[in-house]
Amino acid sequence: MMRDTIILRVVAKLLLPAILIFAFYVQFHGDYGPGGGFQAGVAAAGAIILYGMIFGIPAAKHVIPTTVVEIMVPLGVLIFAGTGVVSMMLGENYLNYSPLRAAPGDGQHMGILIVEAGVFITVASTMLAIFYGFGGLADEADAEAAEAAEDGEK
Amino acid sequence: MVITVVGIIRAHNLFAVVMLGGVYSFLMATVMVILDAVDVSMTEAAVGAGMSTVLLLAVLHLTRTREAPLRHKPYIPLFVCLLTGGALVYGTLDLPPFGEANAPQNLHVAPYYIENAERETHSPNIVTAVLASYRGYDTLGEVTVIFTAGIGVLILLASGVRRRRVKPDPLQDPKDDAL
Repeated sequence: MMRDTIILRVVAKLLLPAILIFAFYVQFHGDYGPGGGFQAGVAAAGAIILYGMIFGIPAAKHVIPTTVVEIMVPLGVLIFAGTGVVSMMLGENYLNYSPLRAAPGDGQHMGILIVEAGVFITVASTMLAIFYGFGGLADEADAEAAEAAEDGEK
Repeated sequence: MVITVVGIIRAHNLFAVVMLGGVYSFLMATVMVILDAVDVSMTEAAVGAGMSTVLLLAVLHLTRTREAPLRHKPYIPLFVCLLTGGALVYGTLDLPPFGEANAPQNLHVAPYYIENAERETHSPNIVTAVLASYRGYDTLGEVTVIFTAGIGVLILLASGVRRRRVKPDPLQDPKDDAL
């Protein structure tokens, strides 16, 4: 789309690590401050989407291939639901994380972290999958534009 | 926010409409911060202002950026909107004042969460504790909804790609916007 704009490329490269670190900060700090898997997932997906919009979707797919995204979408739900099954096997109610660790409070805390990771994975990969999906529709047109732009640069 | 909404209604360039939608979401996020709901505010800023704006831009990339002319007068939708809005405003008249300590929602399970959440889950953010632990079922449901929605959109988009390969859509000319 905008590969030929040097300001966008430089600013995006400066912003990308900040966005990603912020996403993971929101993710792992979600039990102490505001935020959690949803917000972090959207932020992380936003970083990749920014990369895809400026450097082209093929570049973004090089970073996170479609197969990985398609595996991650159900993986997050499975992690969430699987945590519930594990806690059931350990003799508690479904999604009661207390038996995961020796002290019930620690178990709850660990359960929250695992579950939030599941939320993160599903949310981020779903956003990416939808973006890739729309990108796939625009790919034919984009490819021609990209070739033209690259020829122009050379 | 009112100015933004009027702008959205008046504007015919869809690019401007998408951008004003993002502005509206950011204003909404600010309102949430003022109401002390930082978690909701972050979600609104990330999903409403960030992600939906980007996805709408991606859609705009595929279609034309001008609004299609109206084929009929929008009186029935206007009537439905006014009716729903009026009913909602009428409903808010019965709500207790904001922040009242004796309001029903502050007397039910909320005191239990505030007193016990940190001790029982070792998570100082009560919102996270409620979302992930006490209301784990709800959050699992939400994740499943996102999962289902994502799969649904992917199937729709994939079938669209297949159809376009067979018969190119004459209404769309993506080269208009690609360059």
